[in-house]
Amino acid sequence: MIAHSIFFYFFSIIAIFSSLMVITSRSTINSVFFLILDFISVGCLFIMVGAEFLGMILLIVYVGAVAVLFLFVVMMLNVAEQKQSWFIGKKSTHIPTGLIVSVLILLELLVVVGGWKYKDNVMSSSTLLLSETSNTHQLGLVMYTEYILYFQLAGIVLLLSMIGAILLTFRERIGVKKQSYIKQISRNPSTAVELKEVKSNEGVKIDD
Amino acid sequence: MIEIGLGHYLSLGAIIFFLGVIGIFLNRKNVIVILMSIELILLAVNINLISFSIFSGDIVGQIFTMLILTVAAAEAAIGLAIIVVYYRNRGSIRVEDIHGMKG
Repeated sequence: MIAHSIFFYFFSIIAIFSSLMVITSRSTINSVFFLILDFISVGCLFIMVGAEFLGMILLIVYVGAVAVLFLFVVMMLNVAEQKQSWFIGKKSTHIPTGLIVSVLILLELLVVVGGWKYKDNVMSSSTLLLSETSNTHQLGLVMYTEYILYFQLAGIVLLLSMIGAILLTFRERIGVKKQSYIKQISRNPSTAVELKEVKSNEGVKIDD
Repeated sequence: MIEIGLGHYLSLGAIIFFLGVIGIFLNRKNVIVILMSIELILLAVNINLISFSIFSGDIVGQIFTMLILTVAAAEAAIGLAIIVVYYRNRGSIRVEDIHGMKG
C-alpha cells in the first residue's frame, strides 16, 4: 500500500510538472519532449492502477506515433525561432479572462471530486471485471462482442483521417517526370514507331 | 492521504485538464502548442474514464478510452496536416498572425 501511494505520487507529480512545462516552455521542441514525458508517466499510472493494455497502448500509440508526428511537424516547419512570448508584447485582454475561466473550471472539478460519494452495489452489468482473467482478455471479450460496431467505427475514423491528411498535404509538383501506366499500355506501333526511308549519305533527322 | 483512492486519480485528471485549458487560453506562440493542449485534455479524460472503470469494476470505461485514443490520434493527424498546409501558404503559424476571419 505504501509502495502504491509512493509510486502514485511520483508519477502524478511528474505528469503534472511535465504538463505544466508543455504549456510554458519557451521553445516548441521542448514542449513536445515534455508531452512525451507526460504520456509516459500517465501510461505508467495506467499500468499501475490495473489497466495494463491501455497503458501499453498509450505508450505505443502516443509516444510512438502521435508525439513523433508532432516532432516531425515541429522540425519540418522551422518554428524554432518563434519564441514564446507570454505576458510581454502588446497588451491583450484575453489573458485575465482565460485565467479566470480556467481557474473556475479547476475549482468546479475539484468541488465535484471532493463532494462525490461512491454508491455501492448499483452496478449490474454484463461487462463487469472478472478477476481471474487478464485485462487484455477481458477487454477483448467485451470489445469484440458487444462493442464491435464502435470498434469498426473507430477503424473508419482512422481511415478517414488518413485520407484527409493525405489529401490536405498533397501537392502537384511541376517538372517531375512520372510513370503513367495508362500511357504506356495504350501506345501502339502506329503512333509510336515511324518508318523512314534513309537515303544514302544523308542520315535521319530526329526531333522535327 | 496514504490510501490512494478514486479521488486521487480524479484530482490528477482535473489538474491535467485545467493545465490543458490554460494552455489553450493563454497561448501566444504557435498553433502546435494548442494541439498539444488538446492532447493533454484528452489524456485527462482518459485518466477519468480508466479510474472510474477500475474502481467501479466495469470494463466499458476502458473500451471508451480506446475509442478516445483513436479519435485523438485522428485529430492530431488532421490538425497537423492543416497546420502544414497553412504554413505552406502563409509562412507563419503564430497565433497572432492568424486573423484571416477577423473581418
